[in-house]
Amino acid sequence: MSCTEHDQGKSLLVERKFYTFAEPPDGMLLESGTRLGPITLAYETIGELNAERTNAVLVLHAFSGDSHVAGRFQENDDRPGWWDHMVGPGKPIDTNKYFVICSNILGSCCGSTGPASINPETGEFYGPDFPMVTIQDMVRAQKYLIDHLGIKKILSLIGGSVGGMQVLRWCADFPEMIRSAIPMATTARHSAQAIAFNEVARQAIMADPEWNYGNYYDGPGPNHGLSVARMIGHVTYLSHEAMREKFGRRLHSSSLSFDVGSDFQVESYLHHQGRKFVDRFDANSLLYITKAADFFDLERGGHNLLVNDALSDVCFLVISFTTDWLYPTYQSRDIVSALKKNGSDVSFCEIEAQGGHDSFLVPNERLNSLISGFLERMYNEYVE
Amino acid sequence: MNTLNNQQIPEMRFDLQVIASWIEPEATVLDLGCGNGDLLAFLKNHKQVSGTGIEQAEEKVARCIERGLTVLQGDFRFEVSDYPEDRFDVVILSQTLQQIRNPKELLVDLLRIGKRVIVSFPNFAHWSSRLQFFFLGTAPVNKQLPYQWYDTPNIRVISIRDFKTFLRISGVRTAREIAINTHSQDYRGKEIHYLKNLRATYGIMMLERVT
Repeated sequence: MSCTEHDQGKSLLVERKFYTFAEPPDGMLLESGTRLGPITLAYETIGELNAERTNAVLVLHAFSGDSHVAGRFQENDDRPGWWDHMVGPGKPIDTNKYFVICSNILGSCCGSTGPASINPETGEFYGPDFPMVTIQDMVRAQKYLIDHLGIKKILSLIGGSVGGMQVLRWCADFPEMIRSAIPMATTARHSAQAIAFNEVARQAIMADPEWNYGNYYDGPGPNHGLSVARMIGHVTYLSHEAMREKFGRRLHSSSLSFDVGSDFQVESYLHHQGRKFVDRFDANSLLYITKAADFFDLERGGHNLLVNDALSDVCFLVISFTTDWLYPTYQSRDIVSALKKNGSDVSFCEIEAQGGHDSFLVPNERLNSLISGFLERMYNEYVE
Repeated sequence: MNTLNNQQIPEMRFDLQVIASWIEPEATVLDLGCGNGDLLAFLKNHKQVSGTGIEQAEEKVARCIERGLTVLQGDFRFEVSDYPEDRFDVVILSQTLQQIRNPKELLVDLLRIGKRVIVSFPNFAHWSSRLQFFFLGTAPVNKQLPYQWYDTPNIRVISIRDFKTFLRISGVRTAREIAINTHSQDYRGKEIHYLKNLRATYGIMMLERVT
């Protein structure tokens, strides 16, 4: 390991940057046919881009994530980035070797253009006037950023869940820019069950009177609806086993209340997750991004976009988790099956993990060694 | 056996050493049931082979990927059908044929995705098995067939002679063949030239389609 004591001793400091492009009148053409611009993406980078610009690793975050993948903005920040155990000097995605980029997605609310941004044309919040964006649009926006950074070929794309969908969409749209890709806990087409949970989450927001058809930026906003939406999300991210182990039927007080209030620890957990989310996420962004995930289908139109000769030179590591019932292993196997037809170099591993869908975010030795081993091979074959 | 004699013995099973010696440099190879990836790693490092393995056990799959190999976790009986025709120069099925329910269907599929298929299997007609059967009247249990009848994964009893008959009636050509004497996990062994079906513990054959 190249991690030095010096690295471990002090925290990794990072900085959020912004890139604005697609200025009007042209803007960027969206999949829906609408034009949007200007677009700003918030992004962070860790490590050094080498002179040949061949060591870039693009991390794609999941639906509620942000560009703050690892490290701290300030020495005394409470928490580091969302994948801090995976990304950094001497970590599995070793920033002593790789130049790691993570950008916030289009439509999100963590520094990038989305429904909670100001529409420069009107000077008001976009709100419900924000055009519908798709996973393809998110990827197209990231492509502007990658071009801006002067990177012609990305050493590896890595992402779980909605981040995995972006990985696959990158492969479908810009195969010539990719050396390798690691889609994790994801799918090539959103299932009816996944759409169903998203729809319940959306309805929770839209049923909140404070949502006001998306025009709520001058008021408190649909906090209750957003919090319920997050609670539903968290049910789908955990597994039966994880819930049984973490909460069982344990109460948070000494006896049953015999009223309709909350009694169980699992309820407090969900309430806590819901409350926390309201402080950092925009309800309209949730509506837009869940919808983008629901629209995601690489087989729309009858042809699987992962079956493409241009992908024959791309190496893949597909990863699923045994207890992920939101994007079950068979959906990863479908991805593998399509990629095999191209003659692509494809590895696949189903990791035994109790954590359900969220397993890719939780420290896991097996995941660490798979990712570091695969990346090292890509580095040895293409960089050194 | 030309490539084996003057090299140091690689750290893998003898039958895999023989198979490795049959593979051309820079070939594309599929190794079914690749285990920890010893053969694939050898082929990659010594012959610049671009290889893929299929293996069921998560731990072994992870071990392979960690060491920089390409491996799919899954049951190869189902995994092979997705590959297009002629995807590989060579497909390797080592010490597994005797565990396959539909060996004929599998071989047909392997000869579709690979230009050549190398098969190694334990020879159930080895004299030690015959003696055990003849004198003791028990199903053979020995170093290359270490299982009791009730816990064996081996559901097919094959001899070198049986397999050759099978190839003839199936219309598959044998491009190369060798009979060896080794044990199931042994790094050492030797080639058997005479009375193969009696004296060899393993048969290894390279098959190709009759076009």
